[in-house]
Amino acid sequence: MFEPVLLRNVDVADGHLLATYEAGGGYRALAKALREHTPDEIIDLVKTSNLRGRGGAGFPTGMKWSFVPKRAGKPKYLCCNADEGEPGTFKDRIIMERDPHQLIEGMAISAYAIGAETAYVYIRGEYTLAICRLEQAIAEAYAKGYLGTRILGSDFNFVVHIHCGAGAYICGEETAMLDSLEGKRAQPRLKPPFPAVEGLYASPTVINNVETLACVPHIVVRGADWFRGIGPDKSPGPKLYCLSGQVRKPGLYELPMGIPLRELVCDYAGGPLPGRTLKAVIPGGVSAPLIPERGLDVGMDFDSLAAAGSMLGSAGVIVIDDSTCIVKVATRIIEFFHHESCGKCTPCREGLNWVVKVLRRVEAGQGAPGDLEQLEALCKGIFGNTFCALGDGAAMGLRAALAHFEHEFVAHIEERRCPFH
Amino acid sequence: MTMREKIEEAAARYPDQRSAIMPALLIAQREHGHLPGLVLEEVADILGVERIWVYELATFYTLFHTEPVGIFHLQLCDNVSCMLRRSDELLRHLEEVLGIKKGDTTPDGLFTLSTVECLGACEMAPVMQVGDDYHGDLDITRIDALLDRLRATVRQATGADLAAAGPPGE
Repeated sequence: MFEPVLLRNVDVADGHLLATYEAGGGYRALAKALREHTPDEIIDLVKTSNLRGRGGAGFPTGMKWSFVPKRAGKPKYLCCNADEGEPGTFKDRIIMERDPHQLIEGMAISAYAIGAETAYVYIRGEYTLAICRLEQAIAEAYAKGYLGTRILGSDFNFVVHIHCGAGAYICGEETAMLDSLEGKRAQPRLKPPFPAVEGLYASPTVINNVETLACVPHIVVRGADWFRGIGPDKSPGPKLYCLSGQVRKPGLYELPMGIPLRELVCDYAGGPLPGRTLKAVIPGGVSAPLIPERGLDVGMDFDSLAAAGSMLGSAGVIVIDDSTCIVKVATRIIEFFHHESCGKCTPCREGLNWVVKVLRRVEAGQGAPGDLEQLEALCKGIFGNTFCALGDGAAMGLRAALAHFEHEFVAHIEERRCPFH
Repeated sequence: MTMREKIEEAAARYPDQRSAIMPALLIAQREHGHLPGLVLEEVADILGVERIWVYELATFYTLFHTEPVGIFHLQLCDNVSCMLRRSDELLRHLEEVLGIKKGDTTPDGLFTLSTVECLGACEMAPVMQVGDDYHGDLDITRIDALLDRLRATVRQATGADLAAAGPPGE
């Protein structure tokens, strides 16, 4: 039986309050880190744990931290990416609403490791309850000396500020987030320089996802071997999976990394709705290519899903049953990417506009022979030719829908209607 | 606190005033309901930043409204997880009972109806945000009950029977 770690306070009454968090051993990891470890030892510990970023890209967290120059001559910043915008994802919201101190403790330890004294939590503006809970928790942490100056009698000083987003998916891209924090339109930056060297206000900056930071206190207390003992060695740890769509028990599940997707959907989330069968599952938010039912025996970790032609992404698992038209789903996904394209680069801004037009006419039964070839030509023009991963995600998702469900697209064109209407 | 004081307090969190434009716009929008040109200029003046910097943010981010919105902004998610849970039926129902199309505001100024991208609450799909609150696991019955509660809030606040002036279909 797997013992939940990240969600252990989520269903506890008053789990968001400091007293509850402390009663469960909260802030002992911070005390241990400050008293028993140097910053470099914390970086090594996190490296050894093989913790990989939970925001979507899966980059090794300890390695990211080690890129921050030791002597920069400038202030260093920690940014928490809480701009959870990937459709199908809600894990970070639940952590912040119900256990915000877990995140604050993770930030404090991470900031100590990289030598930052200031953190900004970039949180999406819609998350009003999470913002309120996090503000309360930060105030509690200051009052108890877990934030502020000379924390727990050490030389470590650390302040946390909340920065509310205002409804732009692209802010989840870390360099776009930095531009947004600097008060500009959120558009990705050309890399290099990478944020670790030249990030916020041209200072060394680490950007980590909420769930990634929430893992850190547990690694400090329980050790890197404990963390690596859960799931695959190259992609280990407890993991939050967001289940939604046409499934009996939608919700947030904490299970080991690498759990088979079929087990997650059918055993934990109860399988398809009554009278329905599974058709496909999107495993990691709408940027992740969908997987048809026959492919569901794949492990939910970065490497297994990449090998299967999809990705773990944000672990937003969206379940689609046999009543649903894949062309409609694909159209809605591309409409989303088109709406959220920041407009900086042409392939994404113009290409997705074309793709939406073609998909809408196919879905409406007004498609023409050659439309599918045109869609592939447009994907080819977008994929690999954009500043950031937004365009790539759109193209990959559409290509998977075309590859696995070409017959549905063809039926729309040949029958001149949506067969599901 | 006045709007200026709130904005100045927010600005103290950043080494650069330009960073404070987003928080300042959120504060100003709470104060004024939306962000007309005069408010944008006031924000620029309080922070001492270029007006174009303020305008470009107010028109880039979807949570900022340069046009007025109703007292209750109904923001129905229609992204994939909610779509799979029939948000399109809820949209049709809302358009019918409010007598408006998405993007519009009822003539009495009570409701603006919008569809929005994923609200990050897919476990309770279909979901709609109204003001600061999320309403999940929605169906037509719950939507109707919610609209009744919202109308009652305004009646209580104003003492006027605004429902009598409301749209047909109740």
